[in-house]
Amino acid sequence: MEGLKRGGAAIVGVAESDIGQVAEGMSVIDLMAQGTKRALDDCGLTLKDVDGLFSATAQSRLSVLGLAEYLGISPRFLGSTIVGGSSFEYHVAHAMGAIALGLCEVAVIAYGSTQRSVGRKQASVREVNPYETPFRPFLPSSAYALAASRHMYEFGTTREQLAAVAVAAREWALMNPVAWEKKPLTIGGVLSARMVSYPLTVRDCCLITDGGGAIVVTSAERATSLRKKPAYVLGCGQSVTHANISSMPDLTVTGALASGKAAYAVAKLGPADVDVVELYDAFTINTILFLEDLGFCKKGEGGPFVTDGRIAPGGSLAVNTNGGGLSYCHPGMYGLFLLIEAVRQLRGECGARQVQNCEVALAHGNGGVLSSQATVILGTGATV
Amino acid sequence: MPNQQDSPLKTYIDHLERGELAYQFSLAAGKPVFYPRVLCPFTGSDALEWRVSKGLGTVHATTVVHPAEGEPFNVALIDCDEGFRLMSRVEDIAPKQVRIGQRVRFRVHRPGGGEAPCPVFVPAEGA
Repeated sequence: MEGLKRGGAAIVGVAESDIGQVAEGMSVIDLMAQGTKRALDDCGLTLKDVDGLFSATAQSRLSVLGLAEYLGISPRFLGSTIVGGSSFEYHVAHAMGAIALGLCEVAVIAYGSTQRSVGRKQASVREVNPYETPFRPFLPSSAYALAASRHMYEFGTTREQLAAVAVAAREWALMNPVAWEKKPLTIGGVLSARMVSYPLTVRDCCLITDGGGAIVVTSAERATSLRKKPAYVLGCGQSVTHANISSMPDLTVTGALASGKAAYAVAKLGPADVDVVELYDAFTINTILFLEDLGFCKKGEGGPFVTDGRIAPGGSLAVNTNGGGLSYCHPGMYGLFLLIEAVRQLRGECGARQVQNCEVALAHGNGGVLSSQATVILGTGATV
Repeated sequence: MPNQQDSPLKTYIDHLERGELAYQFSLAAGKPVFYPRVLCPFTGSDALEWRVSKGLGTVHATTVVHPAEGEPFNVALIDCDEGFRLMSRVEDIAPKQVRIGQRVRFRVHRPGGGEAPCPVFVPAEGA
């Protein structure tokens, strides 16, 4: 999105809704509204200020209408791009564009899901693909497992290296008071867990929880007058490569390569400038693929890169500091949580898991089966 | 313009009923196209020709699904020699024994009970 001005917009309010296991009868819109209220309180704005609204969720096709009705607002700009878990990173770029054009000034981006409470069969429409469904792949896990198998074949990546991703995420989660997982995890624990779709065990796969949240995006000018230090949007990039895994052009290279390059170009930054990385770890293979494609290591070297605590607390690269989809929460479309944690790290609000001297945060969302990628680079005022 | 006679899916299934794995070839792109569709994804041209595969291919990626109930089974991506890729499974071999790079041969699986036939593959050493 080279047309967007570097630092022209900022994320000024962030909040999770209830997460984990929510009260019986809570709807996805209840959770979106909870997140919206808390995010507005976070920045000192009110519903009266909101004139842009974005949402996406698997459980409600017209969620942005449902949310606008629930909040009692009629926003002049709406967005409901739904491309899986990366939708919210797309929403940030779209909100930034709308704000730059004066189509709205304060945009709320919200998500909510009760997939744990209602059960996954009820939470997602089962889509039939005549060229895949007859073979009963356990989607999305099997798609990611196929990608992992190819990465292991081409680069010698091992199950132990995949497991190291899960172990690192768990270590970060143990420092996050609201994370779902509370117990340490070992490589052996990952390898010996129940097999889902080889080579991925249940510990190589993201959690299945309820959850939601919201963020508030506004212009850089408006941001300076609000309650907390703004997280400026320095650059955004997106890439769509396929919808179904059998059509993925190269199972070992994702659209993160293109989305990262585009975001870095607008931000005028590179991987070496990034202080914290929040990326969508739906499965352990994701972290390896995205660290490679976003330029933190060479293609094929992601396996060794994630071992020996390099991405764990105390390591040389802070990745998924909230514990990720693997250990903190994962209600189905995780992308909003990347942005919430990235902003909190830039503000210095992360307590025990705070990354020191955090000025640049990269949030990378993934959707579908490695299908849609979107990168958002955020920075403190010092970086603008 | 009248509606087209047969959908891409129906033509594909009709070939499978006759024991054939069919795919499309884009004359404009000079490349095979799979899954079947109404236009070429490389050029946008609708000059797509149906062809029948010789049925030989190579395993490109493989996994073993461990369902909550029932035995584990193979799911794979197969690269057919004609240059197109499809999802399928490799049979007549333990699911975990399927290897990337393995040569395989197509046969039709007929589930019966009103379900459409689908392509599966079996090991084809030396093919």
